[in-house]
Amino acid sequence: MTDTAQLEQDILAAIAAAGDEAALESARVAALGKSGSVTALLKTLGALPPEERKIQGPAINGLKDRVTAALAARREAFKDAALAARLNTESVDVTLPVREAPTDIGRVHPITQVTDELTAIFADMGFAVAEGPDIETDDYNFTKLNFPPDHPAREMHDTFFFNPKPDGSRLLLRTHTSPVQVRTMLSQKPPIRVIIPGRTYRCDSDQTHTPMFHQVEGLVIDKRSHLGHLKWILEEFCKAFFEVDRVGMRFRPSFFPFTEPSLEVDIQCRRDKGEIRFGEGNDWLEILGCGMVHPNVLKNCGLDPDEYQGFAWGMGIDRIAMLKYGMPDLRPFFEADMRWLNHYGFRPLDFPTLAGGLSP
Amino acid sequence: MMKFTLAWLKEHLDTDRPLGELADKLTMIGLEVERIEDKAKALAPFVIARVIEAKQHPNADRLRVCMVDTGDGTPIQVVCGAPNARTGMKSVFAPPGAFIPGKNITLGVGKIRDVESRGMLVSEFELQLSDNHDGIIDLPDDAPVGEPYARYAEFDDPVIEINLTPNRSDATGVHGVARDLAAADMGKFKDALIKPVKGEFPCPVAVTIESPELCPAFGLRLVRGVKNGPSPDWLQKRLTAIGLRPINALVDITNFITYDRGRPLHVFDAAKVRGDLTVRRARAGETLLALDGKAYTLDDKICVIADDQGVESLSGIMGGEASGCSPDTTDVLIESALWQPLNIAQTGRKLGINSDARYRFERGVDPAFMLPGLELATRMVMELCGGTPSEVTVAGSVEAPESVIDFPLSELERLAGLDLPLNEMRRVLERLGFFVAGQGESVKIAPPSWRPDVQGKADVVEEVVRIVGVDRVPPTPFPRGDAPRKPVLTPIQLRTRKAKRALAARNLMEAVTWSFIAAEQAERFGGGKAELKLANPIAADLSDMRPSLIPGLVAAVQKNADRGFPDTGLFEVGQVFRGDQPADQLTAAAGIRRALAKPSGLGRHWQKRDGEVDAFDTKADALTVLVAAGAPPSALQVVPGGPAWLHPGRSGTIQIGPQNVLGYFGELHPSTLEALDADGPLVGFEVILERIPEPKAKGTRAKPALELSPFQPVERDFAFVVERSVKAADLVRAAQSADRKLITAVTVFDLYEGKGIEPGRKSIAIAVTIQPRDKTMTDAEIEALAGKIVAEVRKRTGGVLRA
Repeated sequence: MTDTAQLEQDILAAIAAAGDEAALESARVAALGKSGSVTALLKTLGALPPEERKIQGPAINGLKDRVTAALAARREAFKDAALAARLNTESVDVTLPVREAPTDIGRVHPITQVTDELTAIFADMGFAVAEGPDIETDDYNFTKLNFPPDHPAREMHDTFFFNPKPDGSRLLLRTHTSPVQVRTMLSQKPPIRVIIPGRTYRCDSDQTHTPMFHQVEGLVIDKRSHLGHLKWILEEFCKAFFEVDRVGMRFRPSFFPFTEPSLEVDIQCRRDKGEIRFGEGNDWLEILGCGMVHPNVLKNCGLDPDEYQGFAWGMGIDRIAMLKYGMPDLRPFFEADMRWLNHYGFRPLDFPTLAGGLSP
Repeated sequence: MMKFTLAWLKEHLDTDRPLGELADKLTMIGLEVERIEDKAKALAPFVIARVIEAKQHPNADRLRVCMVDTGDGTPIQVVCGAPNARTGMKSVFAPPGAFIPGKNITLGVGKIRDVESRGMLVSEFELQLSDNHDGIIDLPDDAPVGEPYARYAEFDDPVIEINLTPNRSDATGVHGVARDLAAADMGKFKDALIKPVKGEFPCPVAVTIESPELCPAFGLRLVRGVKNGPSPDWLQKRLTAIGLRPINALVDITNFITYDRGRPLHVFDAAKVRGDLTVRRARAGETLLALDGKAYTLDDKICVIADDQGVESLSGIMGGEASGCSPDTTDVLIESALWQPLNIAQTGRKLGINSDARYRFERGVDPAFMLPGLELATRMVMELCGGTPSEVTVAGSVEAPESVIDFPLSELERLAGLDLPLNEMRRVLERLGFFVAGQGESVKIAPPSWRPDVQGKADVVEEVVRIVGVDRVPPTPFPRGDAPRKPVLTPIQLRTRKAKRALAARNLMEAVTWSFIAAEQAERFGGGKAELKLANPIAADLSDMRPSLIPGLVAAVQKNADRGFPDTGLFEVGQVFRGDQPADQLTAAAGIRRALAKPSGLGRHWQKRDGEVDAFDTKADALTVLVAAGAPPSALQVVPGGPAWLHPGRSGTIQIGPQNVLGYFGELHPSTLEALDADGPLVGFEVILERIPEPKAKGTRAKPALELSPFQPVERDFAFVVERSVKAADLVRAAQSADRKLITAVTVFDLYEGKGIEPGRKSIAIAVTIQPRDKTMTDAEIEALAGKIVAEVRKRTGGVLRA
């Protein structure tokens, strides 16, 4: 072995043996420092004859490069070890739980969701949304809608009244959304296409009735709309709302003072262990009432029944929500029980659209 | 309310259609079948049996062991506890496996006191035929052993119950129901003429109508020498089947005709009537003991029939006890009259009487049938009770208003979308009793006297459509036409919708609470006006229209806490009432957070970043909902303090100038919590969505051009020491005012009170963002601006830089 080779072995051994930055630095100084062994060898080059220099030059410079590389590699190893040691102290328990997103906790009420669904369906068919006050006059709630005073049909409404005014008139809480039909016809020129969602009241309370509930009403007034259009609209609505391809519907003649002819509508379904499926089965479930607007109502609203015609329908929002989403009881709708809202409510970002589907 | 049996129906309708088909048709022509009660089905397992031998039970004094012949040859052993069980009797046997409706059990084979019993002898109560449970059914000797009991007892006549709509007075009788079915091709209508009975002497009792506005006509006839008593079996069965109690033949006849023809009648015992009859208004304070055994006090709105002794009957509603018919009645006065429907409805409601007569008279009976009804009753009385009839005396006059409807044939297609030839329309209408005259484009139609509900063209359309079937109307596509693709929601509807989603996105849950609350709660929240109090609330604590959503939400949050969910956040967006006029109804959005229901999460969490809810949580809710609903964020001002239901030092008012208050937020006042029976900590807000100003209409949807500065912004921090009472918002505004062009943002990043700061003072640290506009700023320029900021803050708030 040459001296150079021996020297290289010694230096690399010293670098490898260095346990920390300081030892590594002394090894570097010992080899590459001003009076280092490699530096000393380099200094000898100048005195060598050219032939010899040609051989020794590359050898010594090669030695220097290898030592430099060994030093760098050793330094890198120290850095990696130091980082690994630091990272080791920085570790956290990632299994600790994080907070749920507010959008996962918050809920909108099924009544809100279903009203938004109804709006999406009917807006697509060209319907606007109309609203009116909860506190109504007897005239708008009954008389203009062709309920004769003291007619038995009025009694069926279980009306909440306010105290009589000095002039003898008394206001009431609307028993249905139909007074908004009157308000719409009085304030708007046909053609009219509106749906009317809202709160309604009847002083009745038991397992299946609450003193406050929600209805949605539809009204079409123009010069040509007839029962056939009404049937089509309601069929389209039921398919869209219950999200089924086909739906069996049954139109039964009935009676409402404000429509003539009047119909009640049943939807075909199958009941199975508390679950209801639409578009199949042998059961019929009543879901809404409808009919052609009564000529007297048109007259009462300033429209000539020989010129204008149209139809109206009405149904319970709470009821169709129960049918679609399977709530067994009405009363909890108004009890604000967190557990119920969490279970039957809808996430705020689950906005019903026709493009994305009505139900989440 | 309208019930009849299949056999009864078949007396008016010649048909061989099965029950199911008839029932479906009834429903589809507007006479909705509510229920079909088929006793034969329920009683199918029960057969007639003979007790071969009844012996004393070896182990029980009150029991007997019976060997029973049920007709199949092998005697069956049954243990029986009935006192009337005896050898040789005929009774009704229930085999094991039979369901006993009166006991709600399915029978099995069992041992009773160690003796095997393979079935049961049953009482009427156990079969739910009557309340009689004194003993087992005791049948006559000729009852055929082995025959189904239901067939023997003729319970095999199904009962049909119709949910009758208030317009169809004609269908309050079986006759009218049959007419409808016949019109709908379900059979042939049996409509025999009722022949008048010739009176043999003048009616000795005269009738005077003093109140013709309440009683247009009144017919009366005496039948002398009748023999009253139980009505025949067939009649009793008819009445029992539909839930009426047989009383005596005379009364049963009136009840029968009420249901058979929709014609209520009344019978007086002539021996108990003094003098002539007068139809008049009752005098205030007059009383009547009615046939239901109750005494009623009357007034002058009520129409009565009186004799020399006083009131004998409540017109058209219920007769009086004193002049009622008993088994001893020998002379009977039969009344058939017309009453004003409205008055009957009012009287019935006032006195709380729901009788079969009221049900029909308030809907309006067929005036033309007043006298035929009286004749029919006379015939039945003579047939069942004998006697000699007087002539009929009639007061007033039966005038059926003749109405003729001009009906263009196109009307059916115009309203119903149904194209039907005249002859088909004519056939339907004529079968329903209408007269149709004419051939051309328009015909004349006269509705029959029993259809007061048919008044116009639309009513005729309904008659045709309901009988031919709504199924015949083809669904017709309803195109949008040229309805423009514009948003259909009004501004307030849009605000409501956005407000709800925004609040739910802040982890609150949407509640829907009652629109009415307790009076004292309404008063506490600025309500309680007399005009907003219900006259007939459903409960004492649901009496006033709510002025605010807060009381309802607080109650709901508290209820959840009581159920074990203390950290609840609820919101509601809904109507509040400031008065009883439409403009007084506003749309509020409100939210309540309780305990650890923080916006960042509900309940405790290991990161412990949050404590209990505070005024700032609910402030953030309030501002979020306002901005989501369209309020301009930079215009919203928050000033300290709010209404009395909030903590005075931890509440704020959100306004756009002092004239437009949008709402309030803060911690609930301790006395509010006490009054609402709630415990805190509770914070809440309420804003009124109508108060948000309408945005200015813009000509374009395009947003203004984005300006990006090529110069980097500079951020400088300052800490000022100010009096504790200085508002942070004022300090921020002061800093901003140093240069409105260059300073683009001022944020508060620290607030400190305590060691190192004098008592009564606080340190507020702000970060000021400076955006150079047209060149990079030099250090000297930035220093100059910083000096200006310090000077402005000192000038406006007295604040000095913290040392």
